[in-house]
Amino acid sequence: MATAVETLRDTPFAIGGRTFHSRLLVGTGKYSDNETMVRAIEASGAEMVTVAVRRVDLDRTKQAGVLYHLDPKRYFLLANTAGCATAEDAVRYARLAREAGFNEFIKLEVIGDQETLLPDVQGLLEAAQLLVRDGFKVLAYTNEDLVTALRLEDAGCAAVMPLASPIGSGLGLLNPYSVRIIKRRLKVPVVVDAGVGTASDACITMEQGVDGILMNTALAAAQDPVAMAHAMHLAVEAGRTAYLAGRMPRREVAVPSSPLEGMLD
Amino acid sequence: MNDTIDITLNGERRAVARGATLLELLAALDLDPRAVVVEHNRAIVRRLALGDVRVAPGDAVELVHFVGGG
Repeated sequence: MATAVETLRDTPFAIGGRTFHSRLLVGTGKYSDNETMVRAIEASGAEMVTVAVRRVDLDRTKQAGVLYHLDPKRYFLLANTAGCATAEDAVRYARLAREAGFNEFIKLEVIGDQETLLPDVQGLLEAAQLLVRDGFKVLAYTNEDLVTALRLEDAGCAAVMPLASPIGSGLGLLNPYSVRIIKRRLKVPVVVDAGVGTASDACITMEQGVDGILMNTALAAAQDPVAMAHAMHLAVEAGRTAYLAGRMPRREVAVPSSPLEGMLD
Repeated sequence: MNDTIDITLNGERRAVARGATLLELLAALDLDPRAVVVEHNRAIVRRLALGDVRVAPGDAVELVHFVGGG
């Protein structure tokens, strides 16, 4: 794939045998209204969009399902198992999601702690193994722990998704070192999921060399979600291009940019 | 004989027509079978089979769909 710079060639971004143009994946939760959500997703340039599985409101007091507003032919739907606290629940939700008939991809979440929403890695691995055996393409939301990431890859996950910081926190990339080492050691795509707060966070995250970013609250909770979605689109491209370009080494002392020779006496 | 039975529908007790199929249940709720996924006593019922499965007293039925999420 050509970048804006002629000399830079990027590898395609492929997960589970599918290729995507955009390295930005976005959620559909927490928007103030559906029109804003649709416009923000458009502005983000994302092709892969996450959705959650929940009970139909039989009294119709809440709004209709998200597909009423979002064209499933235009976007690749990635259902999640958000809210699940056990492997058994996550497998149940994943199967319900697959039955909706769009694809066999699942964003696997098994939450171990309600305050931090950090994953239960034991339940996560168990669910990943079951779902992979059942034919799912599993994108596993995990913490920035290399050993867990390696085990998720061994379990057959299509992508591993370490967090930048806790879900909805907007704290940005807290541990670039761990995310970098996960990316370096895994063969499957590494998509950073959760914690990005603003465009600079997205840019710094992409500069670590990861394959993509998934975000929701950073857009939905911005003062202007559509403008922030545009900013994130640019930031992801900027960060990716900077990574490919290769940054200059850091130095703790100044090095002049102008020649030392030819100065006047 | 009473012409309704009680089932648990999305976690709530509800009276539905005796002998109704899941497809009839969706119709009574004004729900499009293409827009929901049906779980009957913890087993997913495929769309094409919805007209073949009848609810019995005490059954647990879950009707789910996609909502906004991250």
